[in-house]
Amino acid sequence: DDKLLTEPLNHPDFFNVKELFTLKDLFDARVHLGHKKGCRHRFMEPYIFGCRLDQDIIDLDQTMQHLQLALNFTAHIAYRKGIILFISRKRQFCHLVESTARDCGEYAHTRFWQGGLLTNAHIQFGAGVRLPDLIVFLSSLNNVFQPHVAIRDAAKMNIPTVGVVDTNCNPTLITYPIPGNDDSPSAMELYCKLFRMTIIRAKDKRRQDEAVEEMR
Amino acid sequence: LRLIHTSTAVQRKNVGASGPEKYTEAFIKKQIEEFNLGKRHLANMMGEDPETFTQEDIDRAIAYLFPSGLFDKQARPMMKHPTEIFPEQRKIQWGEDGRPFHFLFYTGKQSYYSLMHETYEKLLRAQKYQDQLIAQGLPLQKEKRNLAGSRWLTKIELEEMLLEKVSDNDYSRFIQLLQKLVALPCNDIEEKYIQKFSKEVPVQMQKVLIEPLQHDERGVAFSTGEGRRKTASATAIVYDNGTGKMTVNGKDILHYFPVLQDREQLLFPFQFLDRIGKHDTVCTVSGGGRSAQAGAIRLACAKALRSFVTEKEVEFMRQAGLLTVDPRVKERKKPGQEGARRKFTWKKR
Repeated sequence: DDKLLTEPLNHPDFFNVKELFTLKDLFDARVHLGHKKGCRHRFMEPYIFGCRLDQDIIDLDQTMQHLQLALNFTAHIAYRKGIILFISRKRQFCHLVESTARDCGEYAHTRFWQGGLLTNAHIQFGAGVRLPDLIVFLSSLNNVFQPHVAIRDAAKMNIPTVGVVDTNCNPTLITYPIPGNDDSPSAMELYCKLFRMTIIRAKDKRRQDEAVEEMR
Repeated sequence: LRLIHTSTAVQRKNVGASGPEKYTEAFIKKQIEEFNLGKRHLANMMGEDPETFTQEDIDRAIAYLFPSGLFDKQARPMMKHPTEIFPEQRKIQWGEDGRPFHFLFYTGKQSYYSLMHETYEKLLRAQKYQDQLIAQGLPLQKEKRNLAGSRWLTKIELEEMLLEKVSDNDYSRFIQLLQKLVALPCNDIEEKYIQKFSKEVPVQMQKVLIEPLQHDERGVAFSTGEGRRKTASATAIVYDNGTGKMTVNGKDILHYFPVLQDREQLLFPFQFLDRIGKHDTVCTVSGGGRSAQAGAIRLACAKALRSFVTEKEVEFMRQAGLLTVDPRVKERKKPGQEGARRKFTWKKR
C-alpha cells in the first residue's frame, strides 16, 4: 500500500499528461485570448505575451507549463482517491461543468455559494463531513467580477486549488494557476475534456495498480 | 484558604442548536415492530381476527376505547403506522470512505439543484430536436397543451418531493424553467417528465343536480325541497296545478303565521317567478322562532321550485339570493363581556 502511494511521486510526469494537449490545440480553442487592456490585473502581467489592438494575448508557452503541472497534480489527487470539486460561476457553462463532474465521478458547485460551506461545514452538513481535497476553478470570478469566495476559503482550510485565471483575475491565492481564456465555449470545452481525461486516466491506473498488488 | 467558587450546574445541551430530532433507522424499525404487536393486541381486545385487522378497524377501535371530545382531529388519540407519523428524513449523505453519494452534495441543496440540472438537460434536448426538425424542413407540431385543467406543484409539495427546504426564489426559478420547457413546441419526449410536476385541477363548478319532477297517484307533478335558517329546519312539497294554498304542519299559513312579514317571506319565491296562484304547498317545520321558520320554509320552497323552472330562471333566483343558505346564527357570549359584543359598563374610577 505504501509502495502504491510513493511510487508515482518519483516520476515528474507519471500519468503522461503532456500528450493530452498541444499548443495548436490551445490556439484553436482560443485559450490565448484575454480581455481588454483596461481589465488587466496587475499580477497577470508576467503571464501576458502582448497586447494587440487593446486586447491582451496570453503566453501559451507558460500556459502549457502551468497546464501540465496542474493536470499532473489533479491526476495525483485522483490517484490517491481525493475529492475534487469543480467550481465555475459562469451561467453559460454551468451545465457543461456539472456534466463533466458527473462523468468523472467527482463533484461540482456551479451555483450560488453559501457563506459557510467550507468554513462552517460541520454545522451546515453534519458531524463527519469530508471536505474536498482539491478545488478546480474553471472560472475564478463570480457573477459580479469579484474573486470567488471559495479561493479565500480554500486557502483558509488548507485545500490546494487549481484555477483557470483570465487576464482580469487575481492568481495569487491559487496554488496551480493556469493562465488562459475562461469566456469562450471552445476553451471551456477543452478544459473540461482535459480534466475529465486526466481524472479517468488516474482512476483507471489506480484500479490497475491495486489489482496488480492483490495478485502478488 | 481562598474560597474556590464551584457550581453543581451540569453542562446543558443546547436543544435548539441540534436541529429537528433525527430518527435513526433502528429506532424506526423498533417503532414498526411495536406497532405491529400493538395491532395484534388491539385485535384480540376487540375480539377480531388479528390477521385481517385493517387500519380502518384500528381507527374505529381507538375511537371506541379512547373517546375524545377534542375538536382538532389531529389532537385525538391515534394509532398509525410509524412511516405516517415520523416524517421522512435524509439519511447520512456519504459513504464509509467519506465520499458523498450525490455529485452536487457540496452545493448544500443537492436535490433542488439536481432537479434544475435535469430540467435544463431536457430543455437542451428539446431545443436540439427543434433544430433538427427545422433543418429537415418539417413543420413544427402545434399541439396546444391543456393548460386550463392543470397546475404546477405548489412550493410545499415540491419541498415534500425533494425532502429539503426550497426558498421562494428557487421555487419561482424552477417554475419559470418548466414554463420555458413547455413553451417549446416539440416536447412530446419530455411530456412524461413534465407530468411529474403538474397536477390536475378538479372542475371547480360543482353542478348542483336539479331533481326531476315526480308524479303522485293522481298524476300531479310535485317536487320537494329542504331549508334551514338559524335553528329551524323545514321541508316543503310543492304541487303543480294548484290554487296557491299553503299548509304548514297541518295548519293554514294564516293561522300559523299571524304576522304579515312572515307570510310575505313565504310568498317571495312564487312572486319572483310569477307563479302565485299556480302551486299548492305542504310544509313541515321544526325548531327556531317565528322568523327563522319563515326563512327556512322560504328556502325549502325555492329549492323545490327549481325543478319546475328553466335554467335561466334558476340563475335569476340564485342571483336574487333565494337559493343561498343564510349563514347568520346567534353569536356566542364571551367571558368578560355582557353579551356577544356588548361590554360591561366602563367606570372611570
